[in-house]
Amino acid sequence: MGADQEHLEVTVWRGTAVGGRTETFEVPAHDSQTVLDVVSWIQQYADPTLSYRFACRVGMCGSCAMMVNGEPRWTCRTHVQKVARAGKVRIEPLRNLPVIKDLVADMDPFFEKWIEAEGVHHPTRTRADAIERIDPESAARVEANTGIECINCAVCYAACDTVAGNSDYLGPAALNRAWTLFNDAKDAGKQAVLDAVSGSGGCHNCHSMGSCTHYCPNELNPMAAIAGLKRETAKSFFRRRRDA
Amino acid sequence: MLDLRLYMAQRISAMVMIPLTVGHLAVIVYAIEGGLTTAEILGRTQGSVFWFLFYGSFVLAVSVHAAIGVRVIAHEWLRMKGAWLSALTWTVCLVLLVMGARAVIAVTWI
Amino acid sequence: MRRPPRSHPLWLAYILHRLSGLGLALFLPVHFWVLSLALTQPQQLDELLVFTQMPMVKLAEFGLVFLLAVHLFGGLRLLALEFLPWSGRQKSLAAGAVGMAFLISGTFLIQAV
Repeated sequence: MGADQEHLEVTVWRGTAVGGRTETFEVPAHDSQTVLDVVSWIQQYADPTLSYRFACRVGMCGSCAMMVNGEPRWTCRTHVQKVARAGKVRIEPLRNLPVIKDLVADMDPFFEKWIEAEGVHHPTRTRADAIERIDPESAARVEANTGIECINCAVCYAACDTVAGNSDYLGPAALNRAWTLFNDAKDAGKQAVLDAVSGSGGCHNCHSMGSCTHYCPNELNPMAAIAGLKRETAKSFFRRRRDA
Repeated sequence: MLDLRLYMAQRISAMVMIPLTVGHLAVIVYAIEGGLTTAEILGRTQGSVFWFLFYGSFVLAVSVHAAIGVRVIAHEWLRMKGAWLSALTWTVCLVLLVMGARAVIAVTWI
Repeated sequence: MRRPPRSHPLWLAYILHRLSGLGLALFLPVHFWVLSLALTQPQQLDELLVFTQMPMVKLAEFGLVFLLAVHLFGGLRLLALEFLPWSGRQKSLAAGAVGMAFLISGTFLIQAV
């Protein structure tokens, strides 16, 4: 089976949590074809038992991320032409997460860490109070805005070697979320956030290798967010020493 | 694995070593010209309170800094955990501290 | 099989910082042991220092000076990244750190030969 102008040679990882192997398919090539289109073609025309995950197909929902030729990508917005090497594409489930089946990664550890990093809302007011007015130009709001477009696709989590080496590490997405909450005037849990990211799996494990920022499909900068958390936790470290 | 306290210990020891490393590099580049002899090294450092404090604080800082660095690598690359990881951290720290102290005393003490 | 995504400039800066740090940590006990000979066996220290005149040893020393300098300047970049307001010029700063390390270790090599 060889790749020609009209066909792609697509190698797909097949298996479960127990183990697996790769399988190669010949897929018709088209203009403006995305990696998700290729996976869908295989499932619809070659092997209906192939499992994969997607929903919106337009880069909003964050469910279709996979490893494409060894790099984490949002497959619905990744053109095959951009990533294929001599007509060959290798598609695998996201790195750093357990596999459920085929291309479906188990996202539980990813979202559990989201909660662990206090990535939950801590309200400042009750429903009886008037809505707080927020100045969109304030420094904290501008900083928070830089991180809020995260779609939870886990591309950064799959890209991070620190996550690969340290299973307790919260990872870039959860820490980026913690940083936006820390800068959010409508969140009352600032110290809770700082405490949550200061534990043994916290932001201080980050080595600023920047793979998160390099691969983020929405061009966010989790590396800068984590640096912000390090700075604020260091400040609170000295504050607590002084107050103690 | 690396909590806030260990992180601060590593970063503060790093900051302490900035001027010390710059100074040490300057000494290296200066002293290497024409080769090294025991007499030349000792002539510069022996009996000097300045060099004793300079290299004494260098050894203290590097023992902390390197021990935490090795700890991180052992955890991420060798999957070392818990008591073994703590034991490794302390061993590296103490070995560097004792050997470093011996070296500082050897070249600065009269 | 699941190959990690690598080989972008800041990842290379990270691996350089890690390997230089590891190299220095392994070299330090040897360094300390040799210096402590001044106390116990000055004769042997002088013999070892004669050994440093060999070209291969000088090249190895150049390597050690490079490791120290690149760890210093790479570390300065990381401390600035973590403790100063964010700068978007991390790739240039990382390249500058390597450049400075070559400058210093190169100066050492010129002085040594």
